[in-house]
Amino acid sequence: MRGWKPAPHVLLLLPAFVVLAAVVVVPLLLSLYSSFTPFRLTRPETIYTFIGFRNYLRLFADQEFWVAFGRTVLLLTIALNLEMVLGLFLALLVEKATRGQRLLRTIMMFPMMFSPILVGFQFKFMFNDNIGLVNNALQSLGLTDRAIPWLIDSHLAFTSILIAEIWSSTSVFAIFILAGLMAMPKEPLEAAKVDGCTPLQSFRYVTWPFIMPFAYIAMTIRSLDIARAYDIVKIMTDGGPAKRTEILWTLISRTAYSDARMGLANAMAYVAIFLSILFTILFFRQLAKARQQIGAEW
Amino acid sequence: MDENQTNRIKQILLKIGHLVGLFIAMAIICLPGLWIVLSSLRPTVEIMAKPPVWIPESLSFDAYIAMFSGVGQGGIPVLDYFRNSIIISVTSTVIALAIGLAGGYAFARYRFRGKTAIFLGFMLTRTVPGIALSLPLFFVYAKLGIIDTHFGLIIAYVALNVPFTVWLIDGFFRQVPRDLAEAAQIDGCTRWQAFWQVEFPLARSGIASAGIFAFLISWNEFALASQLTRSTNSKTLPVGLLDYTAEFTIDWRGMCALAVVMIIPALTLTFIVQKHLVSGLTSGAVKG
Repeated sequence: MRGWKPAPHVLLLLPAFVVLAAVVVVPLLLSLYSSFTPFRLTRPETIYTFIGFRNYLRLFADQEFWVAFGRTVLLLTIALNLEMVLGLFLALLVEKATRGQRLLRTIMMFPMMFSPILVGFQFKFMFNDNIGLVNNALQSLGLTDRAIPWLIDSHLAFTSILIAEIWSSTSVFAIFILAGLMAMPKEPLEAAKVDGCTPLQSFRYVTWPFIMPFAYIAMTIRSLDIARAYDIVKIMTDGGPAKRTEILWTLISRTAYSDARMGLANAMAYVAIFLSILFTILFFRQLAKARQQIGAEW
Repeated sequence: MDENQTNRIKQILLKIGHLVGLFIAMAIICLPGLWIVLSSLRPTVEIMAKPPVWIPESLSFDAYIAMFSGVGQGGIPVLDYFRNSIIISVTSTVIALAIGLAGGYAFARYRFRGKTAIFLGFMLTRTVPGIALSLPLFFVYAKLGIIDTHFGLIIAYVALNVPFTVWLIDGFFRQVPRDLAEAAQIDGCTRWQAFWQVEFPLARSGIASAGIFAFLISWNEFALASQLTRSTNSKTLPVGLLDYTAEFTIDWRGMCALAVVMIIPALTLTFIVQKHLVSGLTSGAVKG
């Protein structure tokens, strides 16, 4: 075997493989196994009892779980769509600006620098029913004379979380769409104008197809770090009031660490992972499709 | 003439609408942050005041002084958390960058079987939500006895960062023409010299921004840190923020001050790299 050398790319990729296998893949296999056991942290020997799909069956019959699941999907769907639309508007606004564009771009990136936990805390502070900025402003302007329980009422709490989520991530979309707008050649737009397109038409048929891949990159990135929602919800309401804002990830951490039912929590975690992968694949495919459509330019 | 005038008015109205829209959007973006900074400088009495006090009467740095003077306000060891955060973020960034450099270079320069599949596989490891990953890691770490240590958090963050650094660095190396390294090799460089003296300097600014990106992810991470840390041995700032929340009361001013301390490094670093960040992510992904 002397003198045998592995191909250079194998050597180069090896460290990445080793780290990801050790910290992500192997632990995940372990948790896959433990999701088939009644494992509790307080009784370590329970990990050797195999109970088949009982955890999963219990999950599928568990209403609380399905409510949290539905709420997570709802939150993500609304948030991603609104972020996309608002990000598009923001990008168009900034792109149209004739002066100070650099400054505007910098300000636009501002929310991206806030870690999700800071976003959660900041909105918890602002939506506080007693001393929060929002209620204080509403009361000072005379729009309402009572304290609106933003984080205590169940519907309002969901809305508040949604607002925090959108505030923090719209800029991701805006930045990528803006990058697309700035990379776009101007000739097709002028040609469309000469051919008599209205601004709306030229946006729909010229600009939009061009910036779509950029929007999908933003979508993909967002779907990758979609679990940010955990940090925000954890800080703002911790799943409360009375579990009305419980999403999958807060439910998992509660089941695992407060109730110490690791096996069940791991079963839930697998459903959550599946959901994330589904979202990611969805956007990756859209990205590929959009890329094909404008294949010539790239 | 008449048509001209209506057109002109329309133009002006559009312009005003545009400016107003811009102003409102920027105000919404900036206001929460400014409010936090302002609140960290006001006395607690003013924050709690009813009816609200809009114009601060006295500003002071008391909250910051209290935070960094020894134990800190209410016995919260902010200095320890700060040190832990720095050690963990910097170490994990350096390691993730080295690994990402190797991986990204392999993806950008070599052809091999299953390249796309491997790339996608790397990305998929990133889809695992932190909290889902924390369950098995907690168990494994407990067995190995590395819960509440720097080491445990560092390797977790390295794994978290490797996929993105690979993606970004791959994108930056693609922008460096292949011919340059080949020319260098024809001139008698070894492959290593060609990489180190020709390709690396050209991609350097991009690689730096990948590093800053990794640093920010580690600096801000909460889901894993909240479960894998226990005490001042390894608690990081995001976890420390929760210390200000007692059962029924929250020290808003102290929390605001800590928030400002957390955001300043992130702010400065992001300013430095904003341009490279976007170009790196788009070139890697769009050009495929």
